Amino acid sequence: MEFVRDRGALFWNILFPTLLVVGFAVVFSNGGESVFRVGLVGHGAPPAQLSGLEGVEFIRYDGEDVESLEIILNRLRRHQIDMVVDLERSEYYLNSEASSAPILRRLVAAPLSPASDSELIAGAAGHDSNPPAGALGFTERQIAGEPVRYVDWVVPGVLGMNMMFSCLFGVGYVLVRYRKNGVLKRLKATPVSALTFVSAQGASRLVIALTTSVFVYLATNAFLGFMMNGSYLTLLLVTVLAVICMISIGLIVSGRLKSEELAEGLINLVTFPMIILSGVFFSLEGTPQILQTLALGLPLTHFITAARAIMLDGAGLLQVMPHVATLAVMSVVFLFTSAALFRWE
Amino acid sequence: MEPIIQVCELSKRYQNVLAVDRVSFEIREGICFGLLGPNGAGKTTTIEMMEGILEPNGGQILFRGNPIDTRFKEKVGIQFQHTALPEYITVRETLQLFSAFYPHPRAMKEVIEICSLREIINRDNRKLSGGQRQRLLLALAIIPAPEVVFLDEPTTGLDPQARRNFWSLIKRVKAEGTTVILTTHYMDEAQLLCDEVAIMDHGRILELDAPQRLLDRHFSGVLIRVPAPGERFITDPTQLPSGAEIRDGAVELTTAQLDETVRRLLTMELNLDGLSIHKPNLEDLFLKLTGSSLRT
Repeated sequence: MEFVRDRGALFWNILFPTLLVVGFAVVFSNGGESVFRVGLVGHGAPPAQLSGLEGVEFIRYDGEDVESLEIILNRLRRHQIDMVVDLERSEYYLNSEASSAPILRRLVAAPLSPASDSELIAGAAGHDSNPPAGALGFTERQIAGEPVRYVDWVVPGVLGMNMMFSCLFGVGYVLVRYRKNGVLKRLKATPVSALTFVSAQGASRLVIALTTSVFVYLATNAFLGFMMNGSYLTLLLVTVLAVICMISIGLIVSGRLKSEELAEGLINLVTFPMIILSGVFFSLEGTPQILQTLALGLPLTHFITAARAIMLDGAGLLQVMPHVATLAVMSVVFLFTSAALFRWE
Repeated sequence: MEPIIQVCELSKRYQNVLAVDRVSFEIREGICFGLLGPNGAGKTTTIEMMEGILEPNGGQILFRGNPIDTRFKEKVGIQFQHTALPEYITVRETLQLFSAFYPHPRAMKEVIEICSLREIINRDNRKLSGGQRQRLLLALAIIPAPEVVFLDEPTTGLDPQARRNFWSLIKRVKAEGTTVILTTHYMDEAQLLCDEVAIMDHGRILELDAPQRLLDRHFSGVLIRVPAPGERFITDPTQLPSGAEIRDGAVELTTAQLDETVRRLLTMELNLDGLSIHKPNLEDLFLKLTGSSLRT
């Protein structure tokens, strides 16, 4: 009740994240289209036809093994890069669904066998036809995949962040306020046990956080139509676990505090590292290993990684199991800690 | 009859302050018992230990002859001194919420009727006036149909009308046979409501008895005050009747024989304009025992 009647809270929980996603969609909608990004795998010089061309940017993945070739190809599949050239095996990969594919193919092929435009277009459209023998003795391979826009990528992050704020402030702040103004003391004078009260608080916040998450998801999806390749059920499971985990962190923070200012500070102390390290707005790839290891200790990292895997790569329950298990273990540990710490006054 | 609550050698220490110092008393069932004392005397600490909210450092509290247990909370109703009500919910929802906490709550209609909450039943808790708030808090206290109701300074901060209104509610609760234990620093309230009062200061009980018996014991007679007796009586107090004192330029004397004393004053050529005759009340006793009412 308190949640619905407090219009301010309603705004921050539903409207704010929705606007955030839309804002990011607008800001990033035109980024990076003027440049072809070509990934290079293995050692050696880039193909002569491409080097020296304006508007072509090379990204070197030196010394990567075969497994990471898959990861790099995933980027191509998601249109994050436009081409991958494997210098060791003399192969290049294009995304047949990308608008850049015909142009790049023509660029590569140009010096050996200048082809007419119509042939090129026919080649680009025929996904199932055998790939043509490419230029420079490079074999063309095609992969297909819808583009991942930044907004598709950032949605799980924003959902996770919003959920985190809703749980931590919703539970933590409210309990501290109730302790400060004596509502908890009044409840202590009733036969209600601490466990009952805390479970009720947690349960109501679980419902609120899930409802707002679903609402934000539906609202943003309505006009952005972002990518969802996995199962909604798996996504829901991960979300429920993450919410429980966040609520128990909120309970730990608010277990004994009587000052709202201190609670706010502590909650910020918990949330800021998660916003930065859990990959809400940008990927941690390429950051120092120690940061990435640290991030694994944060529940938000596991939620966002799992949610992205489900939504973007269509991962099943089995593939996100490590994250699910970690969230479950964290939830249990945090819940017991909070139960041990809780005081009415 | 066995007392409903017995307090034996109760002590509570906060860091270096001994808030309650080996206090003992008994409360008979069905009475209204008042704990009086200046601010900081230890009233709230004592009542909160009796409620089972604070853990005493020493001594014990017996409820019907047994130490208080977990079921005690189902049998008592409590109104704290400073309690915020849950926000964003209405009076009715608050009553429903608290009814859900008890195994055998009183019928909601009854509670609403006793505390006259009908007109404000759908109002948001945050929009209640001081008097309405206190009525709701009392309603929450009587929801479990308690055997004992604890009220910690229930009328502090209320206007005179709201206080009188609240007193009639307390009388009604008491008339149902509920034992009422209240703290207050309003002496008129104690005199009107309480069958027995304990006057506390510095964590100890100074006096404990029925209000009238306390007054009879400490004051013999009435106080006569003559505010402007005339210059010569002030410069030469020996001309005054024995027992009279000059205080702040006024003559004050206490007497058990009012008629005789007044006749004597009439013969003495005192200026009797503004003469007042005051019957000592609990407030006078309170000031006499605790020295000051302004101490905080």
